[in-house]
Amino acid sequence: MTILVIAEHDNAALNAATLNVVAAAKQIGGDIEVLVAGEACGAVADAAAKIDGVSKVVVADNAAYKYQIAEPMGDLVAELGAGYSHILAAASTTGKDFMPRTAALLDVNMISDIVAVESADTFVRPIYAGNAIATVQSSDGVKVITVRGTGFDPVAAEGGSAAVEATAIVKESAISAFVSEELAASDRPDLAAAEIVISGGRGMGNGENFDILYKVADKLGAAVGASRAAVDAGFVPNDMQVGQTGKIVAPSLYIAVGISGAIQHLGGMKESKVIVAINKDEEAPIFQVADYGLVADLFDAVPELEKLV
Amino acid sequence: MKVLVAVKRVIDYNVKVRVKPDNSDVDLNNVKMAMNPFCEIAVEEAVRLKEKGVATEIVVVSIGPKVAQEQIRTSLALGADRGILIETEEKLESLTVAKLLKAVVEKEQPQLVVLGKQSIDSDNNQTGQMLGALTGLPQGTFASEVVVDGDKVNVTREVDAGLRTVGLSLPAIVTTDLRLNEPRYASLPNIMKAKRKPLETVSPADLGVEIKSTQTVVKVTPPAERSAGIKVADVAELVEKLKNEAKVL
Repeated sequence: MTILVIAEHDNAALNAATLNVVAAAKQIGGDIEVLVAGEACGAVADAAAKIDGVSKVVVADNAAYKYQIAEPMGDLVAELGAGYSHILAAASTTGKDFMPRTAALLDVNMISDIVAVESADTFVRPIYAGNAIATVQSSDGVKVITVRGTGFDPVAAEGGSAAVEATAIVKESAISAFVSEELAASDRPDLAAAEIVISGGRGMGNGENFDILYKVADKLGAAVGASRAAVDAGFVPNDMQVGQTGKIVAPSLYIAVGISGAIQHLGGMKESKVIVAINKDEEAPIFQVADYGLVADLFDAVPELEKLV
Repeated sequence: MKVLVAVKRVIDYNVKVRVKPDNSDVDLNNVKMAMNPFCEIAVEEAVRLKEKGVATEIVVVSIGPKVAQEQIRTSLALGADRGILIETEEKLESLTVAKLLKAVVEKEQPQLVVLGKQSIDSDNNQTGQMLGALTGLPQGTFASEVVVDGDKVNVTREVDAGLRTVGLSLPAIVTTDLRLNEPRYASLPNIMKAKRKPLETVSPADLGVEIKSTQTVVKVTPPAERSAGIKVADVAELVEKLKNEAKVL
């Protein structure tokens, strides 16, 4: 049994989510190989070769993969992955984009967003926005799987010394192309990887008021998130959304500020170790999942929190 | 141009699901059903394209039991022109759904296929992409903006790092994210008019698709419940607890 893990990266650095995916692969068992598909992504391949437990790194270095567009990626992974027992990728917007294409090209079903491995063919995944947990057994010859990072503790980034080899497979796409992107520029930690996350909801009132969260975040080394309501209202950009259809986070400490606690939001953060809720409405559902609840006006409480931490 | 929209009948998003006592599945008996919210956004986008003069005909397809006609009628009331129900009582996996939709795409030859990015029951987020692979069409997933320009479409996608725009040649597939648009409500006259719009029913066999299953649900369980903790009196007590009790600061 050999498992192919698709590396998550931006051509310059390996995304830490890959370490959680390798952890899932280890639980399945078997040899683990990593595909790094990109352009001028040698540094990523070197980093992948050092991951604990990886036996081989395959590099597809070509302009066609620079932006990891779904069409060439789906084609590449289907051709390369056909001989493997499992193909795993992070349940990121990149993995979710190309992996179903790969599965369909291999004429197999796909298992999305697994949070636990029961055996080599049986996996656990949330359904209904996390309100039910399904255990699913697959009879497909190749198991195509995306992995929710919060379900698996990452493996060590160092310690391995895998061989790196290049693949000659080039899949170009004449029907799709990268046009442009607007990436969030932030010096704060990545939401998905942060130890502490502080999120604001509709109660923040507007985008400028998020400044009080940024100040606390900078003192704590925290990432800043938002509820869907705050993103829909245009307070902050979409990449900050925590929730079932946004980012799934499970930090050591999650501080929900002015967030009522809709099911959709809880689905994205309720695996956090400690949850704090600050809300002036004591009936807010967020208090039902919070370890520590503070009924207070956030515009008083948050600046005070900044002073005391 | 012709636009094909796929819609799914699912549990109403306001309903909290319960797991059956025998852990075989969730309990959908006597539960309110509705159109999947992402599919509503897909219908709305197609209707807006028609209002802009970009789309000329909107065909809505759904796969499911006879009652899924309700969701097709809702789509027709919102502005779609005709409906197709692929009627089946079986619970289908994404690959079969994509194969059925592929058969409809081959028959209808739409220039644009719009689907929700995921359904709120299975949360798979697979069908649009699988349809793309099976038809050989390009895809713009998790769309927050769709701009048709001649024989191309630019799709702005919500990605983890921000927004990314891809250019696709038509025909193409788009899957919708939450902020693509805000769906309208159907007016009563339009609901009445929708009853007279054509709705064709076909079977998977009519489309030449064999229903196959490769996944078995071993069990469905409720999630681990978090119990409510304590209320603290003020910020000072909160910080004290976080430092000394929870030890996370």
